[in-house]
Amino acid sequence: MATSTTQPRAGRQLPDSPRDPRRVGFSQTLGRWDVKVSPYLYISPFFLLFALTGLFPLAYTAYVSVHDWHLLGGQGEFVGFENFAFVFQEPNFWKGLRNTFSIFLLSTIPQLMVAIVLAALLDANLRAKTFWRMGVLVPYVIAPVAVSLIFGKVFADQSGLANAMLGIIGIDPIKWHGDVLPSHLAVATMVNFRWTGYNTLILLAAMQAVPRDLYEAAVIDGATRLRQFLSITIPQIRPTLIFVVITSTIGGLQIFDEPRMFDQLGQGGGDRQWMTVTMYIYELGFGNSKSFGRAAAVAWVLFLIILAVGMLNFWLTRRIASESTPTARKKVKR
Amino acid sequence: MSAPSVPYIRQTAGAGAARAAKRSRGHGSERRPGWVTYLLLTASVAIFTLPIYYAFLLASSDASTIAQNPIPSLIPQGNFFENVNRVLTSDINFWKALTNSVIVAVVTSASVVLFSTLAGFAFAKLRFRGRNGLLLFVIATTAVPTQLGIVPLFIVMAELGWLSKLIAVIVPGLVTAFGVFWMTQYLESALPYELIEAARVDGASMIRTFWSIALPAARPAAVMLGLFAFVGSWTNFFWPFIVLGSTNPTLPVALQLLQASYFKDMSLIMAGVVLSAIPLLVLFVVAGRQLVAGIMAGAVKG
Repeated sequence: MATSTTQPRAGRQLPDSPRDPRRVGFSQTLGRWDVKVSPYLYISPFFLLFALTGLFPLAYTAYVSVHDWHLLGGQGEFVGFENFAFVFQEPNFWKGLRNTFSIFLLSTIPQLMVAIVLAALLDANLRAKTFWRMGVLVPYVIAPVAVSLIFGKVFADQSGLANAMLGIIGIDPIKWHGDVLPSHLAVATMVNFRWTGYNTLILLAAMQAVPRDLYEAAVIDGATRLRQFLSITIPQIRPTLIFVVITSTIGGLQIFDEPRMFDQLGQGGGDRQWMTVTMYIYELGFGNSKSFGRAAAVAWVLFLIILAVGMLNFWLTRRIASESTPTARKKVKR
Repeated sequence: MSAPSVPYIRQTAGAGAARAAKRSRGHGSERRPGWVTYLLLTASVAIFTLPIYYAFLLASSDASTIAQNPIPSLIPQGNFFENVNRVLTSDINFWKALTNSVIVAVVTSASVVLFSTLAGFAFAKLRFRGRNGLLLFVIATTAVPTQLGIVPLFIVMAELGWLSKLIAVIVPGLVTAFGVFWMTQYLESALPYELIEAARVDGASMIRTFWSIALPAARPAAVMLGLFAFVGSWTNFFWPFIVLGSTNPTLPVALQLLQASYFKDMSLIMAGVVLSAIPLLVLFVVAGRQLVAGIMAGAVKG
């Protein structure tokens, strides 16, 4: 899967410049024109549509965020950083930020650890490979909304499966919807359920590409399986590991579907115990206050946070994946 | 560096060492993993599938039984079709949601595949000014969370008069940066220059070359990209929820409506959940092998 290492290679493999003309004529000119213009035509759908639905909105968010702007009333006057100032004073914004980070950490860290172990298990020479691979991917086809309806019932406070099970082994019912940490755990469970298998397969794909003779060499050197995993597998799948960590960060910090559907009101709990930043953006823009300006301000803040955390994660993953064995990396140049 | 093979060890270090090397080899193609691996995998697959079965159990039960007994009977009760019927005849327009989801998912995944393959072909195999810079731009945009532009995007849709129309969901899904990047990666290695050259020498136009040479070569990656795009569209909630509203929902939006209005009737809600999942589960069973193989194929370049 996605790595960014192959891009420079393309330049070298290009064929020689267009062939020598054999005859000059109209079709020749047409052919040249075809060669020159076609590439731009082929990439233009992406760039045009992306400009309209991705790039422009993102930039325009900055413009909206410094204006008084309402869902119904439209653009108001320029207010500078007033929207930001308002939002920073709101306790709900900080609650949303706390919840987002808490849920993000509770989901991403266990999820990726389990995924990497599962991928290592699947990387063995299994019988019925496809069955196991498909088995872990099943939750991925269930919509997050459906997942949270299922787990909403599992974690119901009164008649939920989780509390009933805990009752059997003598543990008091947990207020999954009432308390902060339990609600975060419940939401994180939904995220983990849906995405662990997906990340497992991405990591497995990278593991399958690791040259097998590296392991053979390690065995000769007397390395245990754990040592092989830490010193060969992890450094070798580093680009994919970075990809998975970055995409999980982007997705995890924007989480909306699962917490929104955790109860039927969709406000993140009476005391906003599990309201995330994206839910707060929705509430500001499309809820009662209908303030697009403030919603855009929060969106912009969240964007900068995602950027910062993404970069931090990139740096961390690089370090972790390369530090585990400096020597193996030197030997193995691909 | 080359690793010594088992026969080589046998020659140099003796049969005992060769056997030891063979036995302790965790990753070679010879050794089958032990039962612990299968036990762990079985447990994982159980954890990944049981919640879905749980949803089906609740969907085949009735609201009062569910309320009385939190732990359901492990055998499905007989009310499933009745509950499904109640979902379909409720005032939430479930049939319409189903049709809408099919339309959106088919159109966007077809478009993602076509445009990504076109762009991927250009980036991987054609020469043009600014190519590297533009490709870098595409890669950079995969890291930009587009969800965050929802407020302006909503304004754009309102200006265009597309609110509560399917086109407002379709247009933003027509292309993905990931798709372009994915197809570029794949075609770079899967499509030899010789084939393109040969087609050009034979006088094929660029678009003909794309159609007859690049598109068939891209098929494995395209199938996988199409499935991912389909699943992504089918399960998408945030944007359709904002822009469509309750009159013209897609499936996830309909599920939200179902929960909001029937939150006490768990069997009805779960029937809706199962109903919304069935098409994708069927698709997954039919095409899952290819999906999994596709993910693996993408890995070859690591």
